[in-house]
Amino acid sequence: MSMFRRRGDHYVATFAVDEVRVLRKVANEVVGLLTDGFDHGDPVVGRLFPDVYPDDDAGTAEFRRYTEGDLKTGKIDQAGAVLAALPDGDAGGEVRLDAEAAEAWLRALNDARLAMGVRLEIKDGTDLGEELDDAVAADPGSSRVFQLSVYAYLGYLQESLLNALID
Amino acid sequence: MGGMAAPQVAPVETPDTEEVPVSDRPWVTIVWDDPVNLMTYVTWVFQKLFGYSREKAERLMLDVHHKGKAVVSSGARERMEHDAAQLHAYGLWATVDRS
Repeated sequence: MSMFRRRGDHYVATFAVDEVRVLRKVANEVVGLLTDGFDHGDPVVGRLFPDVYPDDDAGTAEFRRYTEGDLKTGKIDQAGAVLAALPDGDAGGEVRLDAEAAEAWLRALNDARLAMGVRLEIKDGTDLGEELDDAVAADPGSSRVFQLSVYAYLGYLQESLLNALID
Repeated sequence: MGGMAAPQVAPVETPDTEEVPVSDRPWVTIVWDDPVNLMTYVTWVFQKLFGYSREKAERLMLDVHHKGKAVVSSGARERMEHDAAQLHAYGLWATVDRS
């Protein structure tokens, strides 16, 4: 697995082709969720755009009217920043981010993890290792095994970028 | 503060001792715990958005983590809605309420 390191004022990681494919896939899924697939009834959308007034539907709707467009555009742009920085074609390679792109990546990785966390029903105290063991025992070729691995990978990558940024 | 002696004035009645009407109470932005966001990420967002020190940001993050939620800012309603929108942009689960 790759991780980000600071080099001068940039943040650099070298990805294998499988990692590039996964990152491209999850970023595209977030874009799809925020464009064609946008549905307030989807719990993932509910998590990315929380009710600002849980007990006041009218207040929440009013807030959405003013903020949702910008919020959606921002999230699409940060997923776009991930896609733009990935190596061209179906190949691995180096990703090199300036401070602004690094922040966009952090936010985009977080959105992707939030979306996957809802779908995978990650709860407080969920032990990812245990979940993965159970899923492998049930069916090593299942989509859940793949999704859990990707979720864990994105967390690891986000943490490495954050640590590089804070150092 | 200025060094000049304050002029003698009659004490002004302040609303401090009276019940503040509900409509004048400041509003708060609350961040709720969620099982996905990394603790280091939440701390970083608090520092970044509010300019809080590492210590204060960490304390708030731990409140969110252990108590389930924390008040991260307070003030006028419009300001709190701005803060909540910013927090949503970073993927934190934020709501606005009266204090």
